Amino acid sequence: MSALLQVRHLSHHYGRRVGCEDVSFDLHAGELLCIVGESGSGKSTLLNTVAAQLAPTAGSVRYRQRDGAWLEIATLNEADRRRLAREEWGFVTQNPRDGLRLNVSAGANVAERLMALGVRHYSQLREIARGWLERVEIDPARIDDAPTGFSGGMQQRLQIARTLVTQPRLVFMDEPTAGLDVSVQARILDLLRRLVNELGLAAVMVTHDLAVARLLAARTMVMQGGRVVETGLTDQILDDPQHPYTQLLVSSVLTT
Amino acid sequence: MNYNFAFLDEDTKRMLRRALLKAVAIPGYQVPFGSREMPLPYGWGTGGIQVTAALLGPDDVLKVIDQGADDTTNAVNIRRFFARVAGVATTEHTADATLIQTRHRIPETSLRENQILVFQVPEPEPLRTLEPREAETRSLHALADYGLMHVKLYEDIAQYGHIATSYDYPVLVDGRYLTSPSPIPKFDNPKLDQSPALMLFGAGREKRLYAIPPYTRVESLAFEDHPFEIQRWEQQCELCGAGESYLDEVIVDDHGKRMFVCSDTDFCGQRRAEASA
Repeated sequence: MSALLQVRHLSHHYGRRVGCEDVSFDLHAGELLCIVGESGSGKSTLLNTVAAQLAPTAGSVRYRQRDGAWLEIATLNEADRRRLAREEWGFVTQNPRDGLRLNVSAGANVAERLMALGVRHYSQLREIARGWLERVEIDPARIDDAPTGFSGGMQQRLQIARTLVTQPRLVFMDEPTAGLDVSVQARILDLLRRLVNELGLAAVMVTHDLAVARLLAARTMVMQGGRVVETGLTDQILDDPQHPYTQLLVSSVLTT
Repeated sequence: MNYNFAFLDEDTKRMLRRALLKAVAIPGYQVPFGSREMPLPYGWGTGGIQVTAALLGPDDVLKVIDQGADDTTNAVNIRRFFARVAGVATTEHTADATLIQTRHRIPETSLRENQILVFQVPEPEPLRTLEPREAETRSLHALADYGLMHVKLYEDIAQYGHIATSYDYPVLVDGRYLTSPSPIPKFDNPKLDQSPALMLFGAGREKRLYAIPPYTRVESLAFEDHPFEIQRWEQQCELCGAGESYLDEVIVDDHGKRMFVCSDTDFCGQRRAEASA
């Protein structure tokens, strides 16, 4: 099977400071890849560069569209890049308040991407929004409530619904469960795992939590100082880490 | 004390005319211009007054309305201002005017070719309440990416059961640019479509001009199952009996007695004159 996303020698520098350096990987359809590493290791920079939110300093990102044609992301114009981000990709931010539109209702948040795609039928939008609230375990009766009145976990689930409503093929997630308490985290991870399987999504997820990687990802990349130090199957990496830094990371997790 | 004709100096008027030509060439597109200090505060029509000053010629006949009325403070002041600094003829009759500066209304009397309607615009950017970043709204215009506007209409229906936006109702000009029609009631939106008169919009504080040229398609946004509708009244004007005009509800005494009257004073006055003749 051919890849969905090809990242080759990707670097992003902030002036003279390295964000991420010489990263290459492939992502296949339906695959969930976790990027782990300590804070400041370049995980989020890499994610944002792959998702075309930052311009790469060097290297390339290629994406295979629904029709099978390959797109070179760096050469796309603004209009195509936005279309891609709207129709085929999704981005879930760590802080749901960055990804949501807080001054409009939950229903409008879910329906916004559909309206951007040109759906102009109010009842249909309502119906779809209700269905998605249900799927992310938010009471559909709260469709007209403002997300500011939602708990942190609900806001994050709302952001997931808002992102997935257009059925993207590829989703980028930046620590979607950080900052939530453990029981809420577990519910969201469970939800994500179910949705990813149901929809056949490919996803790249950044996390500093190895348990999240263990639960969700088939493959994991470990980053340190902007570089990928180890990559492979998640179980392999967590059970038999090769690189000293990975060994440190794995051994630092408290076990009961 | 003497002023240059129509207050502004000739270079400023030329700058304004160039911006206006560009605005007419790209219907609905907001053209930046070097807005000048005018002898009235922002929000009182500094944009409209500059456009009017750039267009006035000695033979023009000027009418100024505020909320449809010729006799309110804003209208009277601007009309007197141009009578003094340009010496042009002024009128209250829509049909006699060649140039009409307006705030919040389009006259009830149908406009004709060779008439120009100048709107005073407080906020030219229809997306502003949803997207505060100017750089982003410009990109959205450039890419004709207007899904966001429907989020506002969606919110209206979700909260009120119908599209409750009743003024400054967003329109799509010539199938391309999303445009604010200035705070006219949506009752007036249909008059923008295929209008024989040239419509110019000036926002002084925001330093933007835009235009709807004659006979241009102007659509009011809506949902398929919630089509665009204008306001309707069960009452008729209590002065002239008109049932088709935009009515103001006026409280007339301390006991809350109300009366409905035409907001367009010229239209109402002419109907009464005809009835008594």
